[in-house]
Amino acid sequence: MSDAAKKPIKLGKKDFESDQDVRWCPGCGDYAILATVQRALAQIGVKRESTVFVSGIGCSSRFPYYMNTYGFHSIHGRAPAIASGLKIARPELDVWVITGDGDGLSIGGNHLLHALRRNMDLKILLFNNQIYGLTKGQYSPTSAIGTRAASTPVGSVDYPVAPATIALGAGATFVARVADTDAKTMLGILERAYQHKGSVFIEILQNCPVFNDGIWDTVKDDPTGHQMHLAEGKPLRFGENGKHGIKLDAEMRPHVVEVGDGPGLTPESELLVHKEQGSTAYAFLLASLMQPDFPVPVGVLHRDPKPSYEQMAIQQVADAKAKQGEGDLEKLLYSGMVWEVGADGVKH
Amino acid sequence: MSTEQELERVVIRFAGDSGDGMQLTGTEFTKAAAEAGNDIATFPDFPAEIRAPAGSLAGVSGFQLHFSSTEIYTPGDAPDVLVVMNPAALKSNLKDLPDGGTLIANSGTFIEANLKKAGYATNPLEDGSLAKYKLNAVDISQLTLTALDGTDLSTKEKGRSKNFFALGLVFWMYGRDTEPEIRRIYQQFAKKPGLGDANVKVFKAGYHYGETAEVFQTQYKVPPAQFKPGMYRNITGNEALAIGLVAGAQFAGKSLFYSGYPITPASSILHSLAKYKNFGTVTFQAEDEIAAVGAAIGAAYGGAVAVTASSGPGVALKGEAIGLGIMTELPLVIVNVQRGGPSTGLPTKTEQSDLNQAIYGRNGEAPCPVIAAKSPGDSFYAAIEAVKVATKYMVPVFLLSDGYIANGSEPWPLPDLRALPKFEVLHRTDPNGYFVYQRDPETLARAWVIPGTPGLEHRIGGIEKDALTGNISYDPANHEKQTHVRAEKVARVAQEIGAPDIFGDKTGDVLVLGWGGTFGALRQAASAVRAQGKKVSHYHLRWLNPLEPALDEIVRGFKHVLVAELNMGQLRHIVRDRYLIDAVGLNKIQGQPFKVREVVAAIEKLLESPAKQPAAAGNGQEYVIQ
Repeated sequence: MSDAAKKPIKLGKKDFESDQDVRWCPGCGDYAILATVQRALAQIGVKRESTVFVSGIGCSSRFPYYMNTYGFHSIHGRAPAIASGLKIARPELDVWVITGDGDGLSIGGNHLLHALRRNMDLKILLFNNQIYGLTKGQYSPTSAIGTRAASTPVGSVDYPVAPATIALGAGATFVARVADTDAKTMLGILERAYQHKGSVFIEILQNCPVFNDGIWDTVKDDPTGHQMHLAEGKPLRFGENGKHGIKLDAEMRPHVVEVGDGPGLTPESELLVHKEQGSTAYAFLLASLMQPDFPVPVGVLHRDPKPSYEQMAIQQVADAKAKQGEGDLEKLLYSGMVWEVGADGVKH
Repeated sequence: MSTEQELERVVIRFAGDSGDGMQLTGTEFTKAAAEAGNDIATFPDFPAEIRAPAGSLAGVSGFQLHFSSTEIYTPGDAPDVLVVMNPAALKSNLKDLPDGGTLIANSGTFIEANLKKAGYATNPLEDGSLAKYKLNAVDISQLTLTALDGTDLSTKEKGRSKNFFALGLVFWMYGRDTEPEIRRIYQQFAKKPGLGDANVKVFKAGYHYGETAEVFQTQYKVPPAQFKPGMYRNITGNEALAIGLVAGAQFAGKSLFYSGYPITPASSILHSLAKYKNFGTVTFQAEDEIAAVGAAIGAAYGGAVAVTASSGPGVALKGEAIGLGIMTELPLVIVNVQRGGPSTGLPTKTEQSDLNQAIYGRNGEAPCPVIAAKSPGDSFYAAIEAVKVATKYMVPVFLLSDGYIANGSEPWPLPDLRALPKFEVLHRTDPNGYFVYQRDPETLARAWVIPGTPGLEHRIGGIEKDALTGNISYDPANHEKQTHVRAEKVARVAQEIGAPDIFGDKTGDVLVLGWGGTFGALRQAASAVRAQGKKVSHYHLRWLNPLEPALDEIVRGFKHVLVAELNMGQLRHIVRDRYLIDAVGLNKIQGQPFKVREVVAAIEKLLESPAKQPAAAGNGQEYVIQ
């Protein structure tokens, strides 16, 4: 082998593109997400063969077909379960899960909950477009109350869930949020998510141009100054020049205030300060902030590094081998009540 | 002065409240019979409720043991000796005790409140209604308390030891060696020495009571049975199945990934495997049945020998994911320890009613191989074979067991591991000319390429795929081709089936055809009728899908084919469908195994009927157990 062949080749974005035609609708937010994930993997420098994308069913779940890595397009809602089995069996692999608001929070809600609770080392990307796209536009568990859709012609009467609060409640150890077209923030989050050894949950605010167009317009390009980028150790500020901030009152209710020194203004020192490893109460508060009364926090909302499920499960196997020795089938068979029948055909 | 009498075989049943420790009593007495060299077969029969209200009929738990000096196949049709710990146990078990049978009753519990709960207006121990039985009323409750006089235990704690009194009493009745049992009790209660002492005291008191009480004048002896020389152990079906899975994974040169969700009667497989971590076995208790099969599919995709086990209701939930396994052609073993259905059905009772579910129970044309274990010990071999076929043919395989063989036990000749065939499992690593659905010409299996292999990155999924490249394909002709290939692949599993092992002649008047856990009853019945010189044979299917190639010829060699199953005729319908013969059914849906005499009666009835073969247009007559 030549020296050149030995040297690892630095992969680019194109190396992560599969040969399959991408079949999402024109203008779908998924295109932007796909491109950013491909760029992120190239930047991080992962190996294609060690990377697996597992998905469920829905528009977002076609994602693995377009990645030139290993991929498994499974069944509706079950991707976290399938990915968990894969990760336990092959902990050295990088396992990503692609899901949507219907796949992950409705039919697969239970699996998402438990994968996060176990702190399984999975990177779960939930594309939230507040609609069922592949089945032609029914309201989803994240749709706002009153959503008029194919199945709710006079408006839905379900209250929606905020995906990040579900993830926090389940015990996810890395929770983040980003808009589909915000490549810069997404790249940063994906890199940090990759480094995190445990359950990652990233809510990606994704636009469905066909059935729910513009649902995130007030957030994603921040035309109204309602996107709040989170930075470790920095006060919660948003809007033009950080004009506004978030402050808590004595009842732990958040308020939007104008920041500054002077009458009617709030000094920066009174604002909430972002801590990724802050209290869970703070993380919940952050995850619950919703438009129109509050800005939408974007970035890493919460981190809580701790041992992952598969690490501990594999440690138990290693400990058992160290303690009992490598399993001996003969010994196992001959355990319990064993007796011998002699040549005379009678037990001795 | 007691006398001694020799018996060929004894069937004894212990029955009491769920909290009375009858399963423990039965298990311990089974060990004693095994130690004495008897052939044994057991049948634990307990309610789904862990502790139903004390004294209620719903809470009665039973354990039947058949021990013998000759070869036996079943736990016995009816008990010779019935031990009842309360009136409810008497009420629900007495119908099975033949006239003249021995009845031992704990008279201390036959008080008004308990009699009322069991629906007795008067005390049956005193009103003469049990005159046709050999009744021994023993106040086990009081004798237990007396034996524990002077100990620190509370009255309630003392009362809990009474099953050991019953155990001691039957140890005396059958002249069993008490020393090993005393050691076992101390071992079992090593962490609570006070209870260990108490139980041994009560056990000895029971034994000595038998020795001194005048009523038990005769001690019975069941001599050791003749076995093939070799090493033996006592094993239940679920234990054997768990070890078989470990062995199968080891033979494949892989680690075992087992995922399950707690369900009766499959849970103890998970309990066993959780202890075998030093074999590299990983067990995963999933959040639900779907996650359990999903995780197994993920592990299989990663290259593990992946297994999930459940019972009917859980398998119903797994259906869609099993279809995914069939579509993506991944090796997977799905164990179904069948119980009474439908819905929640009879969780702790046995049935064979999930055969259709295993063969047909998925959306689309989704065939998979189905194998059934026929006895507790056979579960070991069936598990190995399931792993072998799954990995060789890249297909999900159903392994059927049932509550009867899962919990039942038998003396099991230990296998010679060196004599068992190993099988090689390969993962393709060569990227040159690789296509996802390229197939092995013999097995039609696609290559098992696992993530982590450089240059072979590819995508699989539940959408129909091109027959070669594995890319998504909606092409009509391709879908038909793939459907046929998936079916043909399963059909080719027939290559793995050895020569037919028919009991009796290849032609005759009646062929008893069965599958799964009914083996013992069918074999013993066929054997009994053959002993009368009748032309009866027994063939027991191991593979239900595909059917054994030899079966076509075999069923045509008999005037009558009697398909005996614990369901409404699921195999019979398949046999009629496949071979266009007028197979007759013997069907029982009571949550209980066949009694030998029921099978014998059906065979004898058929022997008297005019021949039907090879007429094809029968009405599907069946004998229903009354």
